[in-house]
Amino acid sequence: MRPFEVIEHTADIGVRSFGTTEPEAFQNAALGMFSLLSDLESVGEIENFTISVEAEDRETLLVEWLNELLYLYESREVLLKRFEIVSFRETTLEARAYGEPIDPDRHVIKTDIKAATYHMLKVSETDSGWVTQIIFDV
Amino acid sequence: MESELELVQINPWCWEIPKTGNMLVPGRVFADRSFIESAQHEQALSQVRNVACLPGIQLASLAMPDIHWGYGFAIGGVAAFDIDTGVISPGGVGYDIACGVRLIRSNLDVKSVRKIVPDLVHELSRSIPAGVGRHGNIRLSQREINDLLTKGVPWAISQGFGWREDLDSIEDGGVLEGADPEMVSRRARERGSAQSGTLGAGNHFIEVQRVEDIYDEEAAAAFGIFPDQLCVMVHSGSRGLGHQVCTDFVKIMGGAAARAGIDLPDRQLACAPIKSREGRDYYTAMSGAVNFARVNRQVMTHLVRQSFEYIFKSSAEQLGLDLVYDVSHNVAKFEEHDLGGEIKRLCVHRKGATRSFPPGHPEIPAKYRAVGQPVIVPGDMGTASYLLKGTATAMAASFGSTCHGAGRVMGRRAAKRVIQGHDLKKRLEAQGITVRAGSTAALAEEAPEAYKDIDKVVDICHNAGLSSRVARLRPLGVVKG
Repeated sequence: MRPFEVIEHTADIGVRSFGTTEPEAFQNAALGMFSLLSDLESVGEIENFTISVEAEDRETLLVEWLNELLYLYESREVLLKRFEIVSFRETTLEARAYGEPIDPDRHVIKTDIKAATYHMLKVSETDSGWVTQIIFDV
Repeated sequence: MESELELVQINPWCWEIPKTGNMLVPGRVFADRSFIESAQHEQALSQVRNVACLPGIQLASLAMPDIHWGYGFAIGGVAAFDIDTGVISPGGVGYDIACGVRLIRSNLDVKSVRKIVPDLVHELSRSIPAGVGRHGNIRLSQREINDLLTKGVPWAISQGFGWREDLDSIEDGGVLEGADPEMVSRRARERGSAQSGTLGAGNHFIEVQRVEDIYDEEAAAAFGIFPDQLCVMVHSGSRGLGHQVCTDFVKIMGGAAARAGIDLPDRQLACAPIKSREGRDYYTAMSGAVNFARVNRQVMTHLVRQSFEYIFKSSAEQLGLDLVYDVSHNVAKFEEHDLGGEIKRLCVHRKGATRSFPPGHPEIPAKYRAVGQPVIVPGDMGTASYLLKGTATAMAASFGSTCHGAGRVMGRRAAKRVIQGHDLKKRLEAQGITVRAGSTAALAEEAPEAYKDIDKVVDICHNAGLSSRVARLRPLGVVKG
């Protein structure tokens, strides 16, 4: 199962992520987002961060999760490449994210993502597992 | 995909979406036939219709010729709300709050300085931080950020960025009053603190331009513009701070709308009554972001002047590097408008639309008042930008609003598949345009093919009477993130 695919939109871009479990789909959505930001092959797992978010429902939780990671990326200037959700409840999520500080010599930032939006937001279960869909304002 | 909307042409430059279902007012689209047809594919018109359902909306849900699909509100949309019964919506402003553009003129004519332009462009790209994740050279303390957010451009000038005279050439005199830094989250302030004075990425740029055509000599003279003049255009926004304010309030408003009993056809239309706590909080946070964006452009103006001084070995004053005007195209403003003979105070949302006030309007600086407000419309790379003036027709038909730019037609990845950044750079350089871009891939995303034709967009605005052409400027050099 591929972890995610990119969704095209006229002024912006999105990600559809997949997982055998819902947390896995959420992790892959984060992977998709960071793959849009940079090529993750050259990113090591040097630092890790603890993330804790809450929201009204699972769909807004996805938005909160991704916006929290985006905030980390911008304020701490790190690229994250692996995500481990340690606790996943109806309206809360706790996770660890692994990556390293942005090095202008090794890392090329491909896109400027402003935010994860609520547009076309989806979190759903299918026969083959879970799917999420999210559009980013770039 | 929405079923096709009914569209009724009401004049050669305007189509109406008749009021049906939950719409409180009709939709009104300024366009020509080919634009109407492409907008339908993008669902942009169904967004125009959705906005018409929001409480307190006045006259019509408006769309400019450069309209394209956005979140909740289409980009290139204008919606005005009664302050007692209406709502304010972060989606109606956009993530890049007060993204805008300013035009700096000079005394130089291109003929005499053409050979130095590449050096000037290199110097600009060297001294102005651009691109994704780039820092400014200015690190602001919390106290400074608070001052910046509340006092706007006057604060920047007191810190040595630019001239007192610049204030006269910025909307609202460079500061939107009533900003509350407390409402700008700590997170937003953190994102902003390292990015002050930076250009950003995406469709932001600095261009060295040549005045190629003048259509209105009187207005051009009033704006300080002459044929073959060297000018600089700066297009930038509120960076991570503005994006975070929007994110924060779309979240807060989600709950507020439900509590106020507002049924939203689209979550990104999240809004709150203007007179609610959330509505007031958003407006004061948005004002902070507006001030931040304008300070950004002010700091870059200072750096532009310094670059010119370095290259031309003359002072910025002697070079005549005056600010013509600074416009913002993602803002919600409280303004007075005449609705059927009654003057009403409204909250006007412009998302990807520019204010276009007429001659005589008190908010226009005295030096331009007889002519009308300068309107600056940046075009897509390698094509053209325009300087226009505001009109009475706009005041009556669109709450004093016009287009903001060309509007995208091709997705960013599609653009990258079709256009090679490298080839584009060569193509532009073959036209004599010096290009300094942080990333050639990012360059491809911004290729002219990805946008609507700026000449057509401006033509429609001119013919529809929303803004009148004053001058056309062509790029000589581009600095991009």
